[in-house]
Amino acid sequence: MTDTLNISLVGVGGQGTLLASEILCRVALLSGRDVKKSEVHGMAQRGGSVVSQVRMGEKVHSPLIGIGETDVLIAFEKLEALRHAHFLKPNGLAMVNDQEIRPVTVSSGQAQWPDDLDGKLKSTFAKLEVIPALNIARGLGNVRIVNVVMIGALSNHLDIPEDTWRQAITSLVKPQFLDSNLRAFDAGRAVCCRVGL
Amino acid sequence: MQVNKKVLSGNEAIAHAAWVAGVRVASAYPGTPSTEILENVANFKDDIYCEWAVNEKVGMEVVIGASFAGARSLTAMKHVGLNVALDPLMTFAYVGANGGVVIISADDPGMHSSQNEQDNRYLAKFAKVPMLEPADSQECYDMTQTALDLSEELRTPVIVRTTTRISHSSGIVDLGDFKRREPTELKYAKDIERRVPVPMFARKMRLALEEKQQEFARRAENSPYQRIERGDDRIGIITSGIAYQYAREAFPEASILKLGMTFPIPRQLISDFALSVGKLYIIEEGEPYLEEQILAMGIKITQPKTNLRIGELNPNRLEALAAEIAGQPAPKVAHQMDGLPARPPVLCPGCSHRGVFYALNRLKATVTGDIGCYSLGAFPPLSAMDTIVCMGASVGNAHGMRKAGHEGRVAAVIGDSTFFHSGITGLLNVVYNQGTSTTIVLDNRTTAMTGHQDHPGTGRTLMGAQTVETKVEDVAAGLGVKRVRVIDPYDLEETYNVLKEELDTPEASVVVSKMACVLGAKIKVTRQYTIPADACKGCGMCLKIGCPAIEVGDPDPNNPKLKKARINPVLCVGCGMCAQLCKFGAIVEAVI
Repeated sequence: MTDTLNISLVGVGGQGTLLASEILCRVALLSGRDVKKSEVHGMAQRGGSVVSQVRMGEKVHSPLIGIGETDVLIAFEKLEALRHAHFLKPNGLAMVNDQEIRPVTVSSGQAQWPDDLDGKLKSTFAKLEVIPALNIARGLGNVRIVNVVMIGALSNHLDIPEDTWRQAITSLVKPQFLDSNLRAFDAGRAVCCRVGL
Repeated sequence: MQVNKKVLSGNEAIAHAAWVAGVRVASAYPGTPSTEILENVANFKDDIYCEWAVNEKVGMEVVIGASFAGARSLTAMKHVGLNVALDPLMTFAYVGANGGVVIISADDPGMHSSQNEQDNRYLAKFAKVPMLEPADSQECYDMTQTALDLSEELRTPVIVRTTTRISHSSGIVDLGDFKRREPTELKYAKDIERRVPVPMFARKMRLALEEKQQEFARRAENSPYQRIERGDDRIGIITSGIAYQYAREAFPEASILKLGMTFPIPRQLISDFALSVGKLYIIEEGEPYLEEQILAMGIKITQPKTNLRIGELNPNRLEALAAEIAGQPAPKVAHQMDGLPARPPVLCPGCSHRGVFYALNRLKATVTGDIGCYSLGAFPPLSAMDTIVCMGASVGNAHGMRKAGHEGRVAAVIGDSTFFHSGITGLLNVVYNQGTSTTIVLDNRTTAMTGHQDHPGTGRTLMGAQTVETKVEDVAAGLGVKRVRVIDPYDLEETYNVLKEELDTPEASVVVSKMACVLGAKIKVTRQYTIPADACKGCGMCLKIGCPAIEVGDPDPNNPKLKKARINPVLCVGCGMCAQLCKFGAIVEAVI
């Protein structure tokens, strides 16, 4: 299945990974690709690590991506990027939101926050883009649109027309939030990409 | 026909199919991974009467009644829910359907959000009812409709068995013309020989059920959902459900018999396929359900060393199998980086369960627990839950421990939705049998764990109607419990005092801890707490309630041993429990 693109979205419960993966599915559908998405609900959502996976291509069978088979890892949080680094193919791309969320194990003093997280990210990922999505979202006045900023940044790497992305977002976001989400997409797309896919 | 494609989860696809197939009644109790089925059926509430049943048994009984009356109906439940509903199902198989009935059993291999990993395919075989096993959202859509047609035609309930990866994965579904079919109206006709299984009639029904098995077997042989994908016949694979998807990718060249109807299994088809291939492998997730039956037919199966039992299947496990069969070394699978701090699920900031668990921890009580978010109370620092078995078990468990002479304080802890589900009968048993245990109902006004569904205590139905709001304390009093107390769990002192008194009184008691779930109620935060610089002495007392909003700061530059606490303003919802714990009055209301 060499033509299948495997995207893993990781983050912390409540960060909006589910909407981001829905946008990807819609983009695939609109562009005539087969697509499958996998996610887990329930217990993990209570502040735990969350993973959502999207696969698109000519024909997709498994909704799950094997360990070491992800083409693009979209991490909404830096520690989660490291935690899921093994998801990536050796030459895969990591797109990491420049945000740190300390888990309760750290905030309660049971575990240590890793030293030099940025250095670890650089040494772990051969292809790394750190996206200032949180800052961009804050600048737009809504921290909840970090997810769409990340989608905008991702859109640079996929051979799908910009209009298709905008159409997908328009079909999924409530009208009253559409304007801010489209601006988030534009801002994410405008982030200069340092590495190609 | 116009192409009408949508990306749908398996659960959404099932709900769409229910509407298309003309379902008129749907009843279910929430349970991961099945919950979204009824939530999505509710989007069609103009055409489908739908409700949250108090438990799966009642949900099953409601759809059986609807079937008697001639309506097509649907019930859905997680795997363990079918245990609760098994009693009516077993006899419904005898009595048989009038209007079509589809039962969705959503299993949870890998236990993402469950307490066990039972493989419910055995229950279809046990109940002797046909079972379809979809492998993606499209099949969820198609098979749910087929199940209803089959049910009506063969007068039997039909199980559609999904798993987490089917229910919660999404894929493209061609909805066809997406028009609601109005099924032919089936009238109720009284027929006690068919519907009253007293022994003289039940024995006839038993024979009739056996006769039906032969017809089910014919359907299984000829079902369009049994599909041979012919490839290189040196390797043949028999598989079903999600396992098919992994197998198809790991063995692109092999011949595959993909089963969509897995009870009964198509014996002739399997025999013919086995003869047509070299080595035959069975690839299935969970228990050796297909394997046992195929082995019993005397068919030779090649047993690989790669273990596919226990836990969820995934592409990596199948790749390991493919490598073994190809005589290659097992592919190396990368591991997660070592030494990263874990991010486990936790009780939310401001969760009202925290006050009760903190008190139970101080009281050193033995706590029998139950199913819900509050199972997280078992973990440090609250560490206030000792056991969990199943929905409602806490009440009977505590009573049993008491009657066995267990020394020390014993309490059962159960949520409001779980209490209504199956805690009431346990509590009645305590009262009737002169028990002395205390039952604590964590009444957070919703079914929180599965995503905030309504229940008999919320005063609202699935279809959005206002209804009777049954109060836990009234139920307890009605059952004959003399000592019933209602507490505010945010008041730590009161909570401790009431629990101490009730746990130390040798009489049955119920304590209702009443406070809305902060996550479900979407309360606007009007108050927050903060710890001004220099106020914290670093004693760590506030950390004992395990609130994720309270963080341990970096060591004080002048005193490296001193780590001061701080409150994360993004997370704090202002419950004020931490402020009550601080002996130095260092936690104060913040200006917001």
